[in-house]
Amino acid sequence: MSALLEVKNLSVEIPTRRHLLVPVDDVSFDIAPGEILGVVGESGAGKSLTGAAVIGLLEPPGRIGGGEIRLEGKRIDNLKYRELRRIRGAAIGMIFQDPLTSLNPLYTIGRQLSETLRTHQPLSETAAKARAIELLDEVGIPAASERIGQYPHQFSGGMRQRVVIALALANNPKLIIADEPTTALDVSVQAQIINLLKRLAADNGAAIMLISHDMGVIAETCDRVAVMYAGRIVEIGAVRNVVQAPNHPYTQGLMASIPRLGKDDARLAHIKGSMPRPTDIPQGCAFHPRCPKRFEPCDQKRPELMKGDSSQAACWLLQREADQ
Amino acid sequence: MGFLILNRVFQAALVMIVVAMAAFVLSNYVGDPISNMVGQEATQEDRDQLREDLGLNDPAPVQFVRFIGNALQGDFGISYRLQRPVSDLVAERLPATLELVMVSAIFALVVGIPLGIFTALYRTFWGSRLILTVSLAGVSLPTFVVGILLIYVFSVTLQWLPSFGRGETTALGGWTTGLLTVDGWRAIIMPAITLGLYQLTLILRLVRAEMLEVLRTDYIKFARARGLTNRAINFGHALKNTMIPVITIVGLNIGGLIAFSIVTETVFQWPGMGLLFVQAVQFADVPVMSAYLVLASLIFVLTNLVVDILYVVIDPRLRTERRVKAGV
Repeated sequence: MSALLEVKNLSVEIPTRRHLLVPVDDVSFDIAPGEILGVVGESGAGKSLTGAAVIGLLEPPGRIGGGEIRLEGKRIDNLKYRELRRIRGAAIGMIFQDPLTSLNPLYTIGRQLSETLRTHQPLSETAAKARAIELLDEVGIPAASERIGQYPHQFSGGMRQRVVIALALANNPKLIIADEPTTALDVSVQAQIINLLKRLAADNGAAIMLISHDMGVIAETCDRVAVMYAGRIVEIGAVRNVVQAPNHPYTQGLMASIPRLGKDDARLAHIKGSMPRPTDIPQGCAFHPRCPKRFEPCDQKRPELMKGDSSQAACWLLQREADQ
Repeated sequence: MGFLILNRVFQAALVMIVVAMAAFVLSNYVGDPISNMVGQEATQEDRDQLREDLGLNDPAPVQFVRFIGNALQGDFGISYRLQRPVSDLVAERLPATLELVMVSAIFALVVGIPLGIFTALYRTFWGSRLILTVSLAGVSLPTFVVGILLIYVFSVTLQWLPSFGRGETTALGGWTTGLLTVDGWRAIIMPAITLGLYQLTLILRLVRAEMLEVLRTDYIKFARARGLTNRAINFGHALKNTMIPVITIVGLNIGGLIAFSIVTETVFQWPGMGLLFVQAVQFADVPVMSAYLVLASLIFVLTNLVVDILYVVIDPRLRTERRVKAGV
């Protein structure tokens, strides 16, 4: 089956006065139709920028520095603004982190929905309104036909994120980019929202790129996961494999640092040091200064993704195992 | 919403009472009104008689209530200088000032808001930078300098526009207007620009700053991610959110325009309230001064009231009634 989204050697650049920052560097992945790919990493790892690059919403001066993005085989990274605008909200939907600030406070929910519908579909005002009520119903907002005339401040956080989802899915996109969709929500609401997103995506046959720093959310939701560190994918593979048998020392550290009930360790494991800023990414493997398993090539040459036993990881250890 | 407006009206009335008190104090205790009225050769009996006739021997609260009663009927006494009822003077002068203020406010808004939007949307374009640099000059040049410069260029050198007065006016009932004749418009151009220039630059910079702020918000990002057109995003979603602080400043500044019109009217010999006030100050013409004080405050208070109501119209979050808080 051909991929829905193919990202090849994507890099994002931000020119500043002194440096050319490359917060996303040579990232490649693809998503199959209906698949859910998780993208996990610390803040600043380049997850959100990757998502923004795919939908063409990098904020200037940020820009795509190289590589290709294809949606259903068609390149979308070099489209003109007008063509790209037609894809946004139609073929690709995006959900942002904070439902409290994602909706325009001065317009009713109904107006924002029908505006989104009518931008991409030739609908009459009444037809758009009917569809908007249907959408609100689908995302589980009770009494949708009454609440359609209400303003965002009249909804709670979880309800607002449902509205956001309705907006993002209004035109049945094939790909949904969800950037930390549950981070700003109560834990009790998180699961509901994730399940809703999953169900709607499955109903529409849509693929999801789920960006999160929460390994728990990723593990529960996704088919595959890409782990990002300092602008690069360090490991990518099926969720179960990456969670249970991570190949990259960074992923291993990440997994070890998740607190578990019933584990009687007095202290929580953590990775020493912190992720480098984009201004001073070290030579070789970006993780080597913090890596407990580093050896000769690590501070010299940058490892590319290599096939491991259960996933692909960018680590010289895999090379060494293969050589032996 | 009804309650909110009622509340604001009440506050406005309270402010007006305080202002009236100041005006009352001004007209009764700044100098002796009697000696301002009677001639040098009046006897002490004449003075006492006049004092009694005018009710100046009554207790202060009684006088104050009478003052308010008269003020509500538009009676502020008789001008010491011109020996005519202040209300007549005001009725003659008010149209000139209101027309000047209105034209310059419209000028400031119609030019300032689009330029503010333009410079925010095309932030890096050289034209935007030019506009911003020039607007800095607009903020820093004093009104009278702008006025005199305009007179020098367009009246003295080019001789295109008159340097003083209102030009030809037409009487519509009690209101004299200069806006129905070409001559009147020629006369109002320079004073209006002079008066409005500072407001224009202020509005321009405010709209630009607010617009840039709004364009960075999540809901604009989300609107872009939904593929809405630039037009819908910039002039619908963004502009409406920009307008709330802009309305505040504009409302406050309409009062400011009336205050600044004193300088502009003096420079252009514009026969309005400002000029009347300046002349009144020179002659210590207290009834005129207190009438001006009350009237200027009234306009301030009324514009603020309109601003408060506009808030509610624009921002649904302020309509507290029918507030629904639903669980998830």
